Order: sequence, then structure tokens, then C-alpha cells
Amino acid sequence: MSDSRPPGRDGAAAVSIEAKVDPRLAPKVLPRIVRLAMNYPWLLSLAMLTSLGSALASLALPRLLGHAVDQAHHLLVQGGAQAGAARKALWFTAGLVIAATIVRGVMTMLSGYLGEYVSQRVGYDLRLQFFQHLQKLSFGFHDKIHSGDLITRGMLDLEGARVFIQGGLMPVLTLVLLLGFAAYEMLRIDLTLGLIGLAFVPFAAGALARMGFLLRVTWLRFQELMAALTLTMEENLQGIRVVRAFAGKVFEMTKFDEASMRALAYSYDRITLRFRAVSVMQVTFNASMAGVLWFGGHKVAAGTMSVGTLTAYLTYMTLLQSPIRQIAMIFNSAARATSSGARLFEVLDLEPEIADRPGAQPLKPTKGVLRFEHVDFAYGPGGKTVLTDLEFEVGPGQTLGVVGPPGSGKSTLANLIPRFYDVTGGRISIDGVDIRDVTLASLREYVGLVQQEAFLFDSSIGHNVAYADPWAEEERIVGAAKVAQIHDHIAGLPETYETRVGERGVALSGGQRQRMSIARGVVPGPGVMIFDDSTAAIDAVTERRVRDALSEATRTKATIIIAHRLSSLMHADQILVLDEGRIVERGTHAELVAAGGTYADLYELQTRSDAEAVIDDDVLVPASEEAGA
Amino acid sequence: MTETVNEPARRKTPRASLGSSEGDDIFGTFDVGVARRFLGYLAPHKRAIFTAQTAVLISAACQVAIPRLTGAAVNRAVGHDASGLDRTLMIFAGVAAAYAVAFFVGEWLSSRLAQRVIFDVRRSMFAHFQDVSLSFMDKTHVGRIMSRLQGDVNALQEFLENMNGALGDMVTLVGITVVLLITDLKLGLLTLTVLPALIAIRAVWLPYSKTSFRVARDASSTANSALAENINGVRTVQESRREAMNFELYKDKAFENFKAQNGASWMTQIMVPTVDVLTGFAMAVVVVVGGEAVLGGKLEVGVMVTFILYVNRFFEPVRMLSMQYTIMQRAMAAGHRIFEVLDVPVTITDKPDAIPLKDAAATVEFKNVTFGYDPKRPILHDISLTVRPKEVVALVGPTGSGKTSIIALTHRFYEVDQGQVLVGGHDVRDVTLDSLGKTIGMVLQEPFLFTGTIEENIRYNTGASLERIIEAAKSVSAHDFIMRLPEGYDTPLGQRGRNLSMGQRQLISFARALVADPQILILDEATANIDSFTEQAIQKALKVLFAGRTCMVIAHRLATIRDADRIVVLQQGRILEQGSHDELMATGGLYSHLYTSAHASFDDQVVAVTGDAEFATRT
Repeated sequence: MSDSRPPGRDGAAAVSIEAKVDPRLAPKVLPRIVRLAMNYPWLLSLAMLTSLGSALASLALPRLLGHAVDQAHHLLVQGGAQAGAARKALWFTAGLVIAATIVRGVMTMLSGYLGEYVSQRVGYDLRLQFFQHLQKLSFGFHDKIHSGDLITRGMLDLEGARVFIQGGLMPVLTLVLLLGFAAYEMLRIDLTLGLIGLAFVPFAAGALARMGFLLRVTWLRFQELMAALTLTMEENLQGIRVVRAFAGKVFEMTKFDEASMRALAYSYDRITLRFRAVSVMQVTFNASMAGVLWFGGHKVAAGTMSVGTLTAYLTYMTLLQSPIRQIAMIFNSAARATSSGARLFEVLDLEPEIADRPGAQPLKPTKGVLRFEHVDFAYGPGGKTVLTDLEFEVGPGQTLGVVGPPGSGKSTLANLIPRFYDVTGGRISIDGVDIRDVTLASLREYVGLVQQEAFLFDSSIGHNVAYADPWAEEERIVGAAKVAQIHDHIAGLPETYETRVGERGVALSGGQRQRMSIARGVVPGPGVMIFDDSTAAIDAVTERRVRDALSEATRTKATIIIAHRLSSLMHADQILVLDEGRIVERGTHAELVAAGGTYADLYELQTRSDAEAVIDDDVLVPASEEAGA
Repeated sequence: MTETVNEPARRKTPRASLGSSEGDDIFGTFDVGVARRFLGYLAPHKRAIFTAQTAVLISAACQVAIPRLTGAAVNRAVGHDASGLDRTLMIFAGVAAAYAVAFFVGEWLSSRLAQRVIFDVRRSMFAHFQDVSLSFMDKTHVGRIMSRLQGDVNALQEFLENMNGALGDMVTLVGITVVLLITDLKLGLLTLTVLPALIAIRAVWLPYSKTSFRVARDASSTANSALAENINGVRTVQESRREAMNFELYKDKAFENFKAQNGASWMTQIMVPTVDVLTGFAMAVVVVVGGEAVLGGKLEVGVMVTFILYVNRFFEPVRMLSMQYTIMQRAMAAGHRIFEVLDVPVTITDKPDAIPLKDAAATVEFKNVTFGYDPKRPILHDISLTVRPKEVVALVGPTGSGKTSIIALTHRFYEVDQGQVLVGGHDVRDVTLDSLGKTIGMVLQEPFLFTGTIEENIRYNTGASLERIIEAAKSVSAHDFIMRLPEGYDTPLGQRGRNLSMGQRQLISFARALVADPQILILDEATANIDSFTEQAIQKALKVLFAGRTCMVIAHRLATIRDADRIVVLQQGRILEQGSHDELMATGGLYSHLYTSAHASFDDQVVAVTGDAEFATRT
């Protein structure tokens, strides 16, 4: 039982779990992302300048092409009197067209690259900040938020915020520049024709902006539906034996179909949403185009407008089509950045609850006496009290045993010593110095905690054992592994200490993982060693060997052993029996058994009935067959 | 870091996590077999597909026609033909309207179809996993199956969604080419020279870009997996004070990612001026050649306008088509893997004349059963065993002795190689799997709980009432702790029930078995050491579970073994001895030997630790 962590639903979560788009957050979140981009003022300015250059070159094209049409047409009307000059003029215009497209191409490329560069750079900065911040946030935070949620924030949300620079900020700039210049030109030459030509813009922009926003909002909901479907499938596959055992196929298929149909219906709605808006854009655009042709065409027919001007209008409109279409992307990106950025910044803005006090000094233990002085503890303000008025002392060379039913606060007690949580009343001291007055780094170096469940990194066994001291020499690692009785197993692996563990390497059993965890705890050689139920999965015989080797290694240290199995701690100098966070009994094994309280009952239970005696399958292998098995 | 002679040599480099990236190359080639089988999924939607394709063709035709009509309108204007202009514009309006409708219908239908087909494919894969033999599921990692159900299916979706669009692009491209050539052959040919140039440039560019995109993808997945690992192991990181070092290691990976992403972005951007310059070139051709032709009276002004408008539309279809080619390659590879899964044969199914197992006596009988996961290496040799109604049989034996195989065969998770397994007097192969599952209940060593509330987990597929559920929970001593949870029976279970202790999860799985109320119960006892308080509850619950049922238990706890009506000792796939605890102890065989030695080691320990002989004699 991991009573060190409160169930996730207890108390108010520090961080919200749902990903919703709240437009009211946009004025706070988006400027913050833009400010991050402004950390690179020169690159950003250059990106904007090149974007301006590309817009100007783009806008030169319609005029040039209109000009060319006029040149050809006028000369035709004038009857080819100055054919030579006309030809020259055409060549000159063609040269300008090529020059304009070269400028436009290069400028667009540079602005695209620079925009992405700044955006990636901001992403890099955010990544480092997020990584570092998570390492500093205390256990209290990590208890409340699911690791998968944090990973999502660090991957998808970070990406969503970063991409806004390239997918929202820069396109807005391009849109404003192009639309502004083109509208100015179109309205300047002929106000009515310009208004007709631009008439499609508000309709298309409105429809696309709405679509961009809604697609994002519904995307999040769609993702939730898909995640539910994934979970259904994954659990079914992982629990396939249960499914088969209970003949649950029909039941499972119904579950699947429900989740699947819900997601499908939702995705149909999104498709409709999308193409409806795109159709509005196309209808209005073509209507504007027809209007320009009709109004402008009649003017040309009446001789009040040149055909080149009409061509220029048509080309302007073609030019505006793609930035207008990007409005959908801009709004989508802004909505995404708002929800993602809010989730990311929410974590980044949290202050670590546990940090060095100003002026904290490194711990300088003299004797190494650990004391709990009237310690109270509750998870979070107003939370349920977990520990009440704990008072005890462990000196160097002494061993303290702690026993109690699940939820009695044993693991919490262990986690207070390296300050994974801070006491809410009383204090914990080492040689009389409050542990909150020393630096965290020195405290945690001095206190070694071996947890019940070992987390193994996707790496070699050697690295996992030496995790706390990656520079440790080989002998110390082997020594620690020997103490933990895992060396023989490691030595038998194909690449011994270099063997990779985890999903891509060898699998270790629960007991082996616990022994790895013990070895890991032994390597740095701390002054206080705490074993939090860290031998539960190890069979009794091996455990005894571990204990013998450990007592050799921890002879000068203060040791705390938390266990269910009384044989693990009955040799301790002092044993505490915890119940509901209070010490209900204390004394040596003999004293407690004699006292006839809870401890004695428990001891009675464990020795009289051997109900708990577990025959490990391996114990049953007769010695002669072990080699062949 | 200074090294002195006395100090043992420190490592030069710190040990570090290896990190990882999923860099498998997934580009396959067109596979007729895959494509043909895939058409099977499209068959039910023939009419919708026909409609969608017609609509896409119409919209492509309209797209080609619009610049042409624009040019025609300009010509009428230049020719001072006001009524002609109006007529042309009427046609223009009609075409534009048709385009809008056709576009909407085409894209809307194809996207819906793509989704529908994808959901069908996923469903048939999932359904298939419900039927394939457990030996396949044993061998295949759930993560890999999931990546097929998701990654491969999504690759297919991308392809399907773009398929009709690609058809439209192709038609548009051909249409533009034809119209240009018909309108003015010489000008058309000259303008079109940019197309092969573009295609050639893209062909050179594609392999480079692929590499660069893959590098970027790998770098990002390496950085992300380092982040994920540090989050999952954050407690260990803080315990081991690895924060500073892990940050430095991560920084390198994040920077590699930064560089790789910029490389990929450069690859994308480099195509921009290429396309632009080619566009410029085509326009210049129209200006010079077209202008001269207009000048010489050989070309109408409107045609020149048409050309200018077309030049802007060349490039999008080319880009889309080459993208679709890549998507198709990926889809082919994905389709290949999907059909590979669907082709895994279903070996265990109901016979056509299978009968439901009903009201049969609750017996289990093994008749000369030989079985191996690999038929060449049998695990069970010629096993014969009869379990009588309401008898509790404990299976005991070392790892690999065949205990698990016996219970798996009883439930027909696998097929015997020789001999017969009979339940209620019927060969398990002659009865329906569904009725077999309802007759035999099973409790696994590792309790598996589903997402949902405690109530739903106990009910599972039985449809039992809440009263029945509470009653079951009470009889396995789970009720009390359930009521202490914040929302009682409505408490949702976190990931696999992680908010409960191992013992508590075990009790829930007992309650689940009790609600299903099977005549025959198969139980694989947990080996994990559970705290004494819960252990007591479990022992009590086991008695309730066993009462009035035929039971086969893979037993690990001495108490369970001793309480069994009969103990079957297995070794290397053979039954070595069987009988009650007292009988076996009396015969003095392997069981009695193991029993005393296991016991002895337990007692030894007590003596050794306390040095108090009194305790040693109490057993």
C-alpha cells in the first residue's frame, strides 16, 4: 500500500486537468508568448522586415502584369506605329516580373525560416524551463497531477504555444500587410470597383475565423473521445485474460462500439463545420470576382477604364485569396496557443513548495542524531491529518523499526526526513539543526530513502544502481549490488552491468527490482538510511541475507526500517507501532511482545498461523533440477 | 574533479540514460494485394463514392473553366460588347455556383467516407483481437498492437482523406494543360516548360527532405522521451539529487532537437523561392510572347489574362500530388501491417454444432492430455486428472511444472495437442466458448481492474444489481474498505486501480468472481507479500469463494494448500503425487520434503533473529 501518496481525487488539485479553450485567457496568454519571441528582437525584426519585403514584391506583380496588358493592348489600338519601343517595353516589364518574383521568393523564404527559427528557439527555451521547473516542484505537486498529464503539457502544449509565433503571429503580419496595401491600391484606383473586389473579405474572414476557432475547440473534445476509445482498447488488450475468462467479448465489443460511434459522429460534425466555412469563402470570393468583372468590364467596354487596370484587380484578388484562407489557421493557432499556453504557464508559474531557505547552510552533521520533535503532518492546507505528535530519536548505529496498518502514516514519516514534504507542526532535526535550515542538496545527500517501488530508467543496470552517483567507480557499484544480493543475478546477464533494463532490455521481477533499489540506496553511502517497505517482494531467505549484509554496511548509520513482515524489523533497537498517525506502542521486540498489545497480536498472527508463508515457486525447485530449469 | 593516486579511478564520463527514438523507416511501395483487399472496405459505400468522385470531377472542371471565363469576359469588354459581357458573366456565375456545390459535396462526402472506413477497419482489427488465440497475444506486446490500431490506422486515414482530392488535383492539372494548349499552342508549350522543371526539382529535393524530416522527427522523439522519463522518475531524481546533471543531459538533447527542426524548416523553405521564380518565369513568358502576339494582332487580350491567371494555379496541384505520393507509400506500409494482423488465424472457435454447456455437473477431467505452446516441446505430458463436484484441488509445483497450463486448458485458452479436457462431462471443444466462460470463473494472480467505478468493476458483464454487488463485497470483506473510500462504490478507479493497494484490488477481483457465480472456479493465488491485515481478509474471502464450488487453485500459501481437499504436486509436466495434506505428509514424498523445508526456513528465521527458542516451538 503506498500510503505516502494521497489518492489523486483528494483535496483540491493544484492544476486543472481539462484542456478547454477559454477566449478570456487569450489577452493574457498570447502576449506572453509574443514577449518570449521578443527575447530575440533582431531575428524577429528581420523576420518581419523580410515579410514586408515579400508583401511589397507580391503587390508589385499585379501592377506590372496590368501594365504589360495595357502596353500590348494600347499598341494594338495605336496600330503598331512604335513596334520597336513596344517590344522593348514588354521585355523590360518581363524582367521586372522575374525580379519581383525572385525578391518575393527569397524574402518569403527568409521570413518563413526566421519566423520558424524564433519559434523553435522559444520552444527550446520553454523546454529547458519546463524540465528544470518540474525537477524543483515537490512531491506534493507530483502527487496531485498525473505524470501523463505533465508529459502532455511538456510535449503537445509546449508545441502548441511555440507554434503560435510561426502559425499565428507571422501570418497575421503578412495578412495585415498584404490586405492593407492591396486594399489601399484597389480603393485608390477606383473606389467602387475596390469595394466590390474587397466585398468578399469580411464574409470569408468571419466564416473562416469562426471555423478556425471552433475546429480547435471541437478538436479537444474529439481528442477526449478518441482517448476514451484508446483506453477501452488498451485495457481490453491488457486484460484480455479477464475478458476471456468472463466470456466478455460481446460486452467488450459493445463498450468499443459505443466509444467508437460517439467519436465517429463527432468527427462527422467537424467535417461539416470545416467544409461549410470553406464553401462560404469560395462562394463569396467568386461573387466578388464576378462583380469586379461585371462592373469593371462595363467600364472597359465604355472606355472609361483600361483593360490593364481590370487585370490588375483580378490579380490582386487572386493574391489575397491565400492570406485570407490563412485566417482560419491563425484563429486555430491562437485558440490552440491559448489553451496550451495556459496549461503550460500554469505549471511554470507554480512556486516550488519546498526550497532552500534564504541563507540555508549545507548540513554539517557532528554525531548524526535524527530527532522527530512533536511532528504533525497533513497533506495540503485543511487536509486530513496524517501524523500527530511524533516524537522519537535515532542515533548513529541505531535501528528504528516502524510498523502499522496500511494508511497509518509510515511512508509519510519516511518522506518527511529528506523533506519531500514539510512538516506542518513540530520539527525534524539532525544534531539539533532543523532540517529546514539546511540546503536541500546536502540534506538529501545525507538521507538515503529506499522506496518500495523502484523506478528503473531506460538505461544500463550499472547506471541504474549508480543513479545517485553516476561517477562512482565500478567497485562501489558491485559492492552495493552484493549487499543487496543482486550481484549474482547481474553477473549472469549477457552484458552484466551494461545490460539494458526496462521495456527495451531485460525484465526484472518485483523482488529483483527491490534489490536494485536497495543497491541504489547503498551506493552514495548516506548517514541516515530509510527502508520503506523495501523488502516486501523479496523472499524471506534472501531478505535475511540482505539484512545481514546491510547491517554490516550501515553499522555507523542511523537506520529506519518500515515493514509489514515483523521478522524484518524485530531486531531493531526500538520499534514504533503507528496507528492513524499516532505512536500507539513503542519499545523493543521483547518489550512489545510482553506488553501484549497490537504488536503482540500481530506477532502472534504472523508466527502462529503461517497463513502468510508464501512458497516462492523457485523455492520448490529441488536443488538437483535448478540447473536444468 | 581531481584524481589522486590513492583514489580508485573515477569514471571519465557519467553514466547516463540512453534515451531512445522510434526511427523506423516506414516507406513502402505500392502493393496490389493490399489495395485490392482494402477495396473490400469501400464496397458497402459504392454509391457515396461514386457521388463524391463525380462531385470532385465537376469541381475540378469548374476550377479550370473559371480563368477561361474571366479571360472571355475581358475580351468582351475590350471588344465593347456589353451584352456579350453580361452573357459571359451569367455563365461565370453559374459555373461558380456549381463549383461551390460540387466542392462542398465532394470534400464533405470523401472526408466522411474516410472516417467511416477507418472506424470500420479499426473495429474489425479490434474484433479480431477478441478471437485470436492467447498464444498470439502472449507473444505480442500490447504497445505494439496499440500502435497498429492507432498509428497504422491513422496513416490510412490520411491517405483516404486526400484520395479524392488527389483525383481532383490530377484532373485540374490535366485540364489546365489541355486548355492552355488548345487556346494557344505555342504560348501554351512555352508556359508549360516550367512544369517539368518543377517536377525535376522536386524529385531531387524529395529524398533530401525525407532524410531531414526523419532526423527532425527522431530528435524530437528523443528529447520527448527524455522528458517523459524524468517526469515518471521524478521522485527518484529528487532522491538521488540528479537534477543538475539531468538538466545538462537534457539540454544537449533539446539543442539537438532545435538544430534538427531548423534543418527541416530550411528544407521546407528552400522550395519557396524555387516555385516563385518558376512562376515569375512563366509570367515573363506570357508577358513577352503573349504581349508580342497581342501586338501582332495574333492573340486576344483576354487570352493573355487567362494565361496569367492559370500560371498562378499550376503549382498547388503539383505540390499536393507529390505529397499524396508520400502519404500513399506510408499508407501502403500501414495497410500491409494491418492485414498482417487480420490474417492471424483464429484457432479457437465454436464448432458449427457446438452446444451450450448448461446444468452439467461441475466436474473437470483431463484425459491423457499432452500440450505445449510449441508442440515440439510439450509442457504437459499425458496428464490425467479428475476434479469432482465441489472439490477444492490445490496445484503445487515449481515454475514451469505446468500448473498454469492446466488451468488455461480448462478454460480452453489453448487447444490440447493430445487427449481431452472435459468440463461437466463434455469435451471443451464441443461446447460454446460463451457458455464455457459462464460456467468457469477465473481469478488471476495479478488482479486486473478496468477504468470505471468499483461497482462497474465488480459487475463487469453480469448485469448484477447493486444489492447483489454489495452482498458479494461484504462476503469477501471488501465492503468496509470500499465504504471508507470517498465515494464508496461509485469511487472511480485510477489507472488500473492504482488508488487501491494490491490486497484491496485482489478482494475486488474476488467479489467480481463471486458475482459471476460460476460453478467452477479457477484461481491463481497471488505471490505478492500482502500486509497482515489484508492477508487475513483474503484468507477469509477465499473460504467464501470456495464454498459450494468446484475449485482448482494454483496455491502459494501454506494455509491455502493445507485447506485443500486434495493437493496435486506437479513436476516437469507430470503429476508426481496427489492426496490430502495428511496423506502426502504420511507418504513422505516430495511434498512432505518441501513442506518441512519451507517451514523450517521460516522458523529458523524466527529463532535466528530473536534467539528465543520459545517461538520456534510454537508451530
